Amino acid sequence: MESDLLNVTLLSILVSGTATLLASSIAIPLGCYLGMRKFKGKELVRTVTYTLYGFPPVVAGLVLYILLSNSGPLGSLQLLFTPIAMILAQTLLVVPIVIGLTMSAVSTTSKDYTETAIILGADSWRTARTVIHEARIGIISAVMVGFGRALAEVGAVMLVGGNIQWHTRVLTTAIVLETREGNFEYGLALGAILLTIGMVFFYLMKRYQDKGMLT
Amino acid sequence: MSAIKARGISKSFGNRCVLKAIDLEVEEGDLFAIIGPSGAGKTTLLRILCSLQPPDSGTVTILGKQMSYREAEDLPLRRRMSFISQKPIAFRETVRENVAYPLRVRGIENGNEMVYHALQHVGLLDLADNLGVTLSGGELQRMAFARATVYNPEVLILDEFTAHLDPYNIKMLEDAVVSYRKEKGATVLTVTHNLFQAKRIASTTAFMLDGVIVEQNETARIFNSPADERTGSFVRGEMIF
Ligand SMILES: Nc1ncnc2c1ncn2[C@@H]1O[C@H](COP(=O)(O)OP(=O)(O)OP(=O)(O)O)[C@@H](O)[C@H]1O
Ligand SMILES: [Mg+2]
Repeated sequence: MESDLLNVTLLSILVSGTATLLASSIAIPLGCYLGMRKFKGKELVRTVTYTLYGFPPVVAGLVLYILLSNSGPLGSLQLLFTPIAMILAQTLLVVPIVIGLTMSAVSTTSKDYTETAIILGADSWRTARTVIHEARIGIISAVMVGFGRALAEVGAVMLVGGNIQWHTRVLTTAIVLETREGNFEYGLALGAILLTIGMVFFYLMKRYQDKGMLT
Repeated sequence: MSAIKARGISKSFGNRCVLKAIDLEVEEGDLFAIIGPSGAGKTTLLRILCSLQPPDSGTVTILGKQMSYREAEDLPLRRRMSFISQKPIAFRETVRENVAYPLRVRGIENGNEMVYHALQHVGLLDLADNLGVTLSGGELQRMAFARATVYNPEVLILDEFTAHLDPYNIKMLEDAVVSYRKEKGATVLTVTHNLFQAKRIASTTAFMLDGVIVEQNETARIFNSPADERTGSFVRGEMIF
């Protein structure tokens, strides 16, 4: 029971953490680029991104399920019901959030900082670096929100992970199971662990953010 | 030779013509003031002169080189000049780091001494390790001045560099501008609402109204015997908007 609990908790952190990391490494550069560039259709990109914030996790899970199932185009990879599939599913959900929030963090600082950097003799690379650097607090927030979404999400990991004990069971899917079996207290305890992980993560990020604010 | 030469600069926003074929020439080493009411197009003109935005038509020549309004191409020229905007901003780092920024982007590694002198020049040594974003209005303007001059630009363009400041900060900044020009032989172009300031520091003054330069002359002449009736009523404070 206890080693089961540890296993479930660690897998939650691993899956959501990796998904956030993966999503951030795609979404932060993209969000910065989109935030700094002026182009036709920027508003459309923004609207689509914001709409995807609320993308239902079950639907993301379903789409991935179809792709990864034996008869699907990626079926040969044999990823369905593995932690990798779960990471992919959560990455899909986190990417739009991090793109959108990074974009607005960068856009709001962009013009003034861009002009200041240019005036002071920065080339375009340096200017971009400066703007991103100045937006770092907002970018850190984007990652925090993204991790929160991944950690709390249940529909997608349930579908593509399958909630298999020792293998793909994470905190949220374990809570579903315990509730179904009437183990409410155990379910609540799992919920408390979930909240604690979120809190510790947010606390650490906040400290990092405050440091960013000061230096 | 003229350090700044603008020929036929026009600029519209939508169907509003803000600059109407402006010609402007600032001699090397001059301290040149542009005065004029709010909305005359002064900031727009300065932004065009330092390549922050292109004109619709006309040419700008700085230190003998024509601006192309292509960012990379203008970089070497931009690095020889500086601009302090009406609302300068500090990067989220210390005052010292802010002032060192232009040196960093130029790959100048050991610029500590230059930073020290720039800070000393505007009396900011005590605040060097504070965060730029915590400075008061006057301190921020002084920081912006230090940052804009640390790399010894040959042309310095200032937009209302003492607006909303108290007499102490105004005096300090005016002294800094005047002595910078004297020590480095730099050319200074400044826009100001403060007629007394133009009188105090500028050798040449131009009066700008509704996107045209009405007249330009030695400062004393602009104030004592203006050629144009509109200049006269502006410097006497009679112009009603
Ligand atoms: N990007 C822009 N888009 C639309 N209108 C603009 C833009 N920039 C400036 N204008 C308009 O052009 C006119 C001239 O502006 P500018 O800032 O050059 O005036 P100014 O002489 O500097 O005034 P002030 O003394 O108040 O700073 C103003 O009416 C302003 O609203
Ligand atoms: Mg202005």
